[in-house]
Amino acid sequence: MSTSTSTIQELANKEYQYGFVTEIESEMFPRGLSEETIRSLSAKKSEPEFMLDWRLKAYRHWLTMKEPTWPNVKYPPIDYQNIIYYAAPKAKKAGPNSLNEVDPELLQLYEKLGISLQEQERLAGVAVDAVLDSVSVGTTFRGKLAELGIIFCSFSDAVKEHPELVKKYLGSVVPYTDNFFAALNSAVFSDGSFCYIPKGVRCPMELSTYFRINAKDTGQFERTLIVAEEGSYVSYLEGCTAPMRDENQLHAAVVELVALDNAQIKYSTVQNWYPGDKNGKGGIYNFVTKRGKCLGLSSKISWTQVETGSAITWKYPSCILLGDNSVGEFYSVALTNNYQQADTGTKMIHIGKNTRSTIVSKGISAGHGQNTYRGAVKILKGAEGARNYSQCDSLLLGDKCGAHTFPYIEVKNSTARMEHEASTSKIGEDQIFYCKQRGLSGEDAVNMIVNGFCKEVFRELPMEFAVEAQKLLGVSLEGSVG
Amino acid sequence: MLEIKNLHAGVGGKKILQGINLRVNAGEVHAVMGPNGSGKSTLSQVLAGRESFEVTEGEIVYEGRDLLGMAPEDRAREGVFMAFQYPVEIPGVNNTYFLKAALNAVRRHRGQPELDAVDFLKLVRERMKLVEMDESLINRSVNEGFSGGEKKRNEIFHMAVLDPKLAILDETDSGLDIDALKSVAKGVNTLRTKDRALIVITHYQRLLNYIVPDFVHVLSEGRIVKSGGKELAHDLEAKGYGWLEEPVGAER
Repeated sequence: MSTSTSTIQELANKEYQYGFVTEIESEMFPRGLSEETIRSLSAKKSEPEFMLDWRLKAYRHWLTMKEPTWPNVKYPPIDYQNIIYYAAPKAKKAGPNSLNEVDPELLQLYEKLGISLQEQERLAGVAVDAVLDSVSVGTTFRGKLAELGIIFCSFSDAVKEHPELVKKYLGSVVPYTDNFFAALNSAVFSDGSFCYIPKGVRCPMELSTYFRINAKDTGQFERTLIVAEEGSYVSYLEGCTAPMRDENQLHAAVVELVALDNAQIKYSTVQNWYPGDKNGKGGIYNFVTKRGKCLGLSSKISWTQVETGSAITWKYPSCILLGDNSVGEFYSVALTNNYQQADTGTKMIHIGKNTRSTIVSKGISAGHGQNTYRGAVKILKGAEGARNYSQCDSLLLGDKCGAHTFPYIEVKNSTARMEHEASTSKIGEDQIFYCKQRGLSGEDAVNMIVNGFCKEVFRELPMEFAVEAQKLLGVSLEGSVG
Repeated sequence: MLEIKNLHAGVGGKKILQGINLRVNAGEVHAVMGPNGSGKSTLSQVLAGRESFEVTEGEIVYEGRDLLGMAPEDRAREGVFMAFQYPVEIPGVNNTYFLKAALNAVRRHRGQPELDAVDFLKLVRERMKLVEMDESLINRSVNEGFSGGEKKRNEIFHMAVLDPKLAILDETDSGLDIDALKSVAKGVNTLRTKDRALIVITHYQRLLNYIVPDFVHVLSEGRIVKSGGKELAHDLEAKGYGWLEEPVGAER
């Protein structure tokens, strides 16, 4: 046992490799939040009137709300007046129109993160919107996508260039009244990504947003909105990192997805925010609301997430299955080690007839990590013939961590079919010994076992992301032969 | 190749092995037999380096080196292989992928270049034929959902790929019907070479009809009480273990 424990320790103590800070001159708002902050923010972004109104309504509503206490996580109270709500790299001029105009420092920063914006544009494959602190610093492939009628741009640009679409869909899935953090986000969100796939278009490349928090004491509040028109398809990726700091930083994002008739949205996340040090100091509070609406007939929304970062993760990517025959999926790997806490899961709300949902959740706890799966499946009265399959597996490494499962099921239609499977296992000494007897090191053994445990989720990820996810768990690629 | 000298070992404070002496040369097949609780499995676990077993006295020299001072993975990389009595399931880890990682760990240790996917697959197909392994098993997760016979066959397949110098087969016959037993034995026999030594641990003589040993040792209460040629196994089958214990445990 001693050897396997020390291997787990080593894994748990692996250094966070994205913890550097880049010296970029930033423009910042003073700390604190008031109507004035919101007016300045809106003015800064030259927003139309409707946006400011919406923000203010959200802010006023937020003031009446209380921070949720039901999650199975612990943290000291957050002082919302001590956060900087807007930080942006100082623009050399009004704002880059193409990558050539992006500050070279910024391009270097993304290169260091392994995302070469220039290269991404040269090598066909992935279109990237890069969000640094509060603003989008560049979006690749805009021109090429525009030829197909696809709009992929920063949220700020969308507000200016496509106000009718923003007006129609903003808050249509996650209204600003939804919850405390969503209301806060609605009031102060500073940027994010916007994506619109027109009728019948299959987006030919992966679209992705790469979020980076750089500035100190800031909060990141971005918003992503994806609309897939009838018969369209898009696969969207999201990645995130942040510097190592002793203070906790708040990240409160909102993601809204809308899928119309026969449309399909695949949304994948590899979340690697700074998790704090091994004593639990610092790290990102990741309080995120993600929801998709299967508005149309036979539409499909699929969430895949690999959550390895953040001091605290609080997120429940969900699907509202409104259209008949629509499909919702949630595949999740959440890893907590050291003092990380995760309370994550999903909600599947079946409204339309013959709607189907699948939930596969894999929680891994190591060190003192606490991992909670919280999921709700609701079958409403009209959801004739609805089906759900849920599977929640927890893997414990060591004896100081915890795994918790809270499944909520509410069925109001007797034709529904529900399946729920759950398991908790400890990584076995006999498994590790077996691997060692074949010549593998203890570390490789643990990696392999953990990787195997997550396989059902990893195979849902787009190839490149699957590689990154496996690397994140310190694992080399599986399935290259045989 | 292997010399066990006065080995005393136990688990959880309980003494099990009480002075084992055994010498195994390359090319030899040694059968270690004995009733339940005689220490057969402890011997194999100690050889493989299971951490929960404590060696209190004695030494094991393998290829001129102190085996007990080596970590389990280093023993494996130096050519010690154990076919497990209860092969472990590793869900989600592809059997071929697992073996490739293992073989390349061994090769790195020996300063050989790692095999790429193409060369490895070639090797796998060749060895698969050798031990008559079913193709479907190599694409499944390690031992997951395998029948008892499939698990044991898979162990022999691992052995064929990893090509060890010393292989310990820990009750490879347990839980097998006669057809599975024959097939496993056939696989083992194809892996008998003049460079490789085998230690076959078994409760029953049955297996030794198919894997014919050069030497048979009988283990009782942590000691080897009798050694002989392959005919000793037949005597045991006819008379049981009881007759052997009298000269040692006089009080019984």
